[in-house]
Amino acid sequence: MNALLYLVFGLLFGLGLAISGMTDPQKVLGFLDLFGEWDPTLIFVMASGVGITMLAYYFIFKRSPILADDFTLPNTKAIDKKLIAGAVLFGIGWGLYGYCPGPAIAAMSYLNTDTFIFVAAMLCGIGIQHWQAKRQDQE
Amino acid sequence: MSDITPALIGGLLIGLSASLVMFFYGRITGISSMLQSLIVRQKIVSSNSFTFLLGVILGAASLSILMNIKIEPPATHPAIIILSGLLVGYGTALGSGCTSGHGICGISRFSLRSIAATMCFMLSGIITVFVMRHLI
Repeated sequence: MNALLYLVFGLLFGLGLAISGMTDPQKVLGFLDLFGEWDPTLIFVMASGVGITMLAYYFIFKRSPILADDFTLPNTKAIDKKLIAGAVLFGIGWGLYGYCPGPAIAAMSYLNTDTFIFVAAMLCGIGIQHWQAKRQDQE
Repeated sequence: MSDITPALIGGLLIGLSASLVMFFYGRITGISSMLQSLIVRQKIVSSNSFTFLLGVILGAASLSILMNIKIEPPATHPAIIILSGLLVGYGTALGSGCTSGHGICGISRFSLRSIAATMCFMLSGIITVFVMRHLI
């Protein structure tokens, strides 16, 4: 049951990414190219995505989740150095090639070798951060 | 500007998916967190993440098969691709989220952390593209 639902939700998400143009790095880079031939269309992905989610969350948060005892939400509040540094580094990587994590995963379906190289490097990046955090915890 | 309709429909589907995950499971739909849970192996979370990510691939695949589209990433030096991947992975892990977790879900629940993070990665992405395309 859970597996089927997560698969269907994932399908919707991947379909949405592909329809929206987010899985095309050229389009994403055109969107980030504010000072060149700027392609603003991806703003509408963000607008409709945030719009429906904001509206839905408003009603969803009034009651408990259907298949879980409670909501599992991040409770960190501080805007700290880690958050900002991580976001800035992520942005640099995003601007270099045009993939953020979701679209990169979705784009694996197009079977381009370069996409797999990117995903492998991305997983390594996650691994390196975890390894580093673990080492810092032990010190 | 004819691309507005697919952009709106695509965004709507992404938002619908994120809303359904919250409605049924009370969780944020963050792709980078799902990838992290695969690497650090948190029993239940990682199997659900794996299934969701499999769905993401199949969803994009079904569209490309139905519409017969093939999207090629831009020809880029492998060193840049690897550097880009490392930064995206490392940065999203350090900053606890990406475009989906912070950008869609976080903003939708008015999280100040997510709003700050989204502004930062948008800005650094814009600066990076400016440097790569117009300065170098």
